[in-house]
Amino acid sequence: MPRLLPRRKRDTAAELPKLAPAGPPPEPENFLEVRDLTVHFPTDDGLVRSVDGVNFALQRGRTLGIVGESGSGKSVTSLAVMGLHGGTSARIGGEIWLDGKELVRSTAEEVRLMRGRRMAMIFQDPMSSMHPFYTVGHQIIEAYQVHNEVSAKQARAHAIDLLGRVGIPRPDRRVDDYPHQFSGGMRQRAMIAMALSCDPELLIADEPTTALDVTVQAQILDLIRDLQAEFNSAVVMITHDLGVVAELADDVLVMYAGRAVEHGPARTLFEQPRHPYTWGLLGSLTRLDRARQERLMPIKGSPPSLISLPSGCAFRTRCPYADRNDGREKTEVPQLLEIEPGHRTACHLDPGERERIWTEDIRPRL
Amino acid sequence: MIFYLLRRLAGAVVLLLIVTMAVFAIFFLIPRLGGATSDQLAARYVGKSPTPAAIEQVKHSLGLDKSVPVQYGRFVKGIVAGKDYDTGVRKVHCAPPCLGFSFRNNLEVWPRLQDRIPVTLSLAAGAAVIWLLAGVSIGVISALKRGSLWDRFSMGFALAGVSLPPFFTGLVALALFSYQWPIFKGVHYVPFLDNPASWAWNLVLPWLTLAFLYAALYARLTRAGMLETMSEDYIRTARAKGLRERDVIVKHGLRAALTPILTIFGMDVGLLLGGAILTEQVYSLNGVGKFAVEAIGQQDLPEVLGVTMIAAIFVILANLVVDLLYAVVDPRVRT
Repeated sequence: MPRLLPRRKRDTAAELPKLAPAGPPPEPENFLEVRDLTVHFPTDDGLVRSVDGVNFALQRGRTLGIVGESGSGKSVTSLAVMGLHGGTSARIGGEIWLDGKELVRSTAEEVRLMRGRRMAMIFQDPMSSMHPFYTVGHQIIEAYQVHNEVSAKQARAHAIDLLGRVGIPRPDRRVDDYPHQFSGGMRQRAMIAMALSCDPELLIADEPTTALDVTVQAQILDLIRDLQAEFNSAVVMITHDLGVVAELADDVLVMYAGRAVEHGPARTLFEQPRHPYTWGLLGSLTRLDRARQERLMPIKGSPPSLISLPSGCAFRTRCPYADRNDGREKTEVPQLLEIEPGHRTACHLDPGERERIWTEDIRPRL
Repeated sequence: MIFYLLRRLAGAVVLLLIVTMAVFAIFFLIPRLGGATSDQLAARYVGKSPTPAAIEQVKHSLGLDKSVPVQYGRFVKGIVAGKDYDTGVRKVHCAPPCLGFSFRNNLEVWPRLQDRIPVTLSLAAGAAVIWLLAGVSIGVISALKRGSLWDRFSMGFALAGVSLPPFFTGLVALALFSYQWPIFKGVHYVPFLDNPASWAWNLVLPWLTLAFLYAALYARLTRAGMLETMSEDYIRTARAKGLRERDVIVKHGLRAALTPILTIFGMDVGLLLGGAILTEQVYSLNGVGKFAVEAIGQQDLPEVLGVTMIAAIFVILANLVVDLLYAVVDPRVRT
């Protein structure tokens, strides 16, 4: 996750752009709905548009995978949903609806009371994400007691129960251990137990397996899936690993340079991807069944600076097909348009042309 | 945990031995290397009129005519078991811990030093409480309101604190609050057990003078530490749980930021117990520091030696206490 930018001058209310009144509440089945979310950081070098107009909706029991390279805005998006940009220079716009309540326009205290209770987050690095001076049990108990009026004894029993549920052996003993006495996989399990302490309806996992061994990764993903089934919670899985997405996600949102470039059901995205960036991500996947002589097809270049994005399509400098658009790619930002029901892409290329490139040129080489 | 404690304790004992060696070397070995004969060395310890007979007495009394290991052995034995001195006029038994005998004052060093320790202890302890509370609170608020007017003001205050020495701030404080507005008149040391209120009242100015210096330093340290810990991942975790911001700052941020400050605090208090020289001098408090200044002024080597030993012992003790506290504060240290 990109480190939050150093704080500059504190914004006064007058400097903040006035938030437009929120639109109508979403359909009740959409537990989480994000509309036109923007997260901008003013810095001495210019405005960093970390997230620039992202939309998605998520229902209970479903999983949304957000995919993209480092700096594409996926973590910043999730932190905005959690209301964790407070205290930084972030300027947040758009709407975030959680169970019919709009969060961007709520007070910090209102959002705090929802954090941990109705929405919880699992972070990437379980070593640095737990406080080294407190026992694992204490940190879980703390999360539980903020939102629940329970005795210390009840809270402790709950913590032991949670540790057992996430698969930690002898939880009644390990509850008094410190994080440094846990292995990496165990710590991530403990983090999950902490996140689940108040039965949250929305669980955001920000690259929960990146720091773990491959064998442990699968266990953690299984655990998240099992717990989701048990609690019927909505899950946002943030990752740069398409394998994880294929494993868990119902829907996928592909982000590039702070914007969504492709959004649709996971199956569609894997079988009929319609954006050159998604093709690039798929081409970068290693596969055991691929012959050794065949090379990976990585995306050329590196992500652009968020301060000075290329004009028009942000991906055009790395896109092999950018020159097929009569110059539109330099002047116009491609809009996220529906090319078939539920499947949206942001690309200037003609959808028919893209379908042809995919079936004739890309898929056979994957 | 037990192993850790034993290791630290053993370390402190070894360090103490090394300190006796170093002190012995400075006072008895290095002058020899510089070419001083045992007579010349003895002459430095005798009072104002070094008659050959007195020098001979002192030389014999200090064992300067013996070999170096024997001298060192006697030096350590004196500290542990006591030692007899013969001044030529009278025989004195210096009870343990015998830090030497001042031939100049015709008195043992330790009892005189013993009277000074409560003064320095009162000064250092009170000031330490004030500077820790003030410095840490200022530092925390500065870190949280980074770049604000408060931050700039308090960091300016911190700069003044570290730049202005106690012989300046102390004199200004005396001029203002003792002469201009006689709130604290005739500052002098009153033993705590005689009259606690008067003890505290008389120490207010010295405390503030000493604390000003350190509070400034601690404000800067705390600010830097808080800025670092508040950007740690576990702070974000604490916020993600929905903890109140106050708990996030105090329980998670400050707790971690204070640990390194504890180390420096232990060192500073240890050092101060060996004498807050400037502050004691300004307020004419007869503490260890003033004792050291007087001893050096009179070139009374046994007294200087005694103060050096005491100061070193305080630093070692303070470090030991810090090590033990560390085990309480940081669970990672215990294993």
